[in-house]
Amino acid sequence: MAKLIHAPLIPGEVAQLRAGDRVLLSGTIYTGRDAAHKRLCALVARGEPLPFNVANQVIYYAGPCPAKPGDAIGSCGPTTSYRMDAYAPTLCGLGLIGMIGKGQRSEAVVQAIRRCGGVYFAATGGAGALIATCVRSARVIAFDDLGTEAIRELQVENLPLIVAIDAHGGNLYEEGPARYRRDTAHERP
Amino acid sequence: MREIDVTRVEETVYALFTSACCEIGDDVLRLLEARYEDEESPFGKEVLRQLMENDRLAAQRHMPICQDTGMAVIFMDVGQDVHFTGGDVNEAIERGVRRAYRDGCFRASVLTPLTRVNTKDNTPAIVHMRLVPGEQVTLTAAPKGFGSENMSRLWMLTPAQGIEGVKDCIVETVRLAGGNPCPPVVVGVGIGGTAERAMLMAKHSLTRNCGEPSSDPMLAQMEAELLSRINDLGIGPQGLGGRTTALAVHIEQMPTHIAGLPVAVNMQCHAARHKTATI
Repeated sequence: MAKLIHAPLIPGEVAQLRAGDRVLLSGTIYTGRDAAHKRLCALVARGEPLPFNVANQVIYYAGPCPAKPGDAIGSCGPTTSYRMDAYAPTLCGLGLIGMIGKGQRSEAVVQAIRRCGGVYFAATGGAGALIATCVRSARVIAFDDLGTEAIRELQVENLPLIVAIDAHGGNLYEEGPARYRRDTAHERP
Repeated sequence: MREIDVTRVEETVYALFTSACCEIGDDVLRLLEARYEDEESPFGKEVLRQLMENDRLAAQRHMPICQDTGMAVIFMDVGQDVHFTGGDVNEAIERGVRRAYRDGCFRASVLTPLTRVNTKDNTPAIVHMRLVPGEQVTLTAAPKGFGSENMSRLWMLTPAQGIEGVKDCIVETVRLAGGNPCPPVVVGVGIGGTAERAMLMAKHSLTRNCGEPSSDPMLAQMEAELLSRINDLGIGPQGLGGRTTALAVHIEQMPTHIAGLPVAVNMQCHAARHKTATI
């Protein structure tokens, strides 16, 4: 049974989440991927304000397709998260509490999630058309010149996610494969 | 000799990418269905269910299967008795890509590598042109996303490492990629040739119908063995654990140098998009 949660997140609710929980997320989230993260962290380094207050917010690692006429957004699945590992701990230090992406994270990000009491959700990579049906509206709020890489504020409804990394040491990218691995794979030393 | 106006090439490129980005082939859908039945992991099953629903929805609504509509990779076999008329065939290809991505509301994902400035129309295409006998032109459009492309690897093995070394480095490439390339993946492999030719074979192998075995019995046997080993890694759909890490392994080979054993692994996500047409 999926847990219904609402963004911006409530720290006490996030603390209840465990790796492997299914979640349906509704509310306001922000897209951001490689180029936007680079700019956000450059602003932080210069001591300048960010285009939105990241406290208790969720960043979705995504760069959508352009919307067809009449649609809120084009296909909009997650991009691979490890490319944002260099930036995520800085944002977690500013109060960012949730990230949505796909694929494993670095140890530094796992530790940052633990420190900030945050959560990393996995969305289904390559399900961009399906995920677009959960997006009610989208508007660019920063870095418009970056095109698909601009920061967009999304209103989402029942976005299906799985808690991949929690604040208590749970990591589905380690636990899941370990459960199904067979020795016949003969890995190289 | 046969004359072909380059606008026919442009229109064909346009139609192939328009279709490829939105309509997954039956080859992939059938494998997803079969793996869904066999998948033991509840997360794995849920992911596979979402992927099948996504792929059907994309075709129905004519929207991209995945927001990463990729770089526009094209394999083009040109009959040596063809004479292109009406302009530069290379420019015609670029026009076909530019229009398909604009009209289809596909993502402009291409930029200059160092300055990171987007070209805004998803060009240039990556075109692999080859002269072949005859007077036809065969075009295959294979939009390539970079979640999987980034997980590709080139291994320059020593002859001493032999067949077992080749198998090990293919499995190791998939293991190292984990959940990043959007498993279940299709693993494209090129063995032999030179460094660049090995990778080109790996890429070309991905244009084969997904799961269709190599026509070379030795390679077909190797593909089956590797698929089984890769699925024993337990990575599973999206890396969350499960029995379905790969849908298929495709291998091509050609002779190489006495000193070498190149092995290229080009990773392809489950959105293994490829459409072919002949002019």
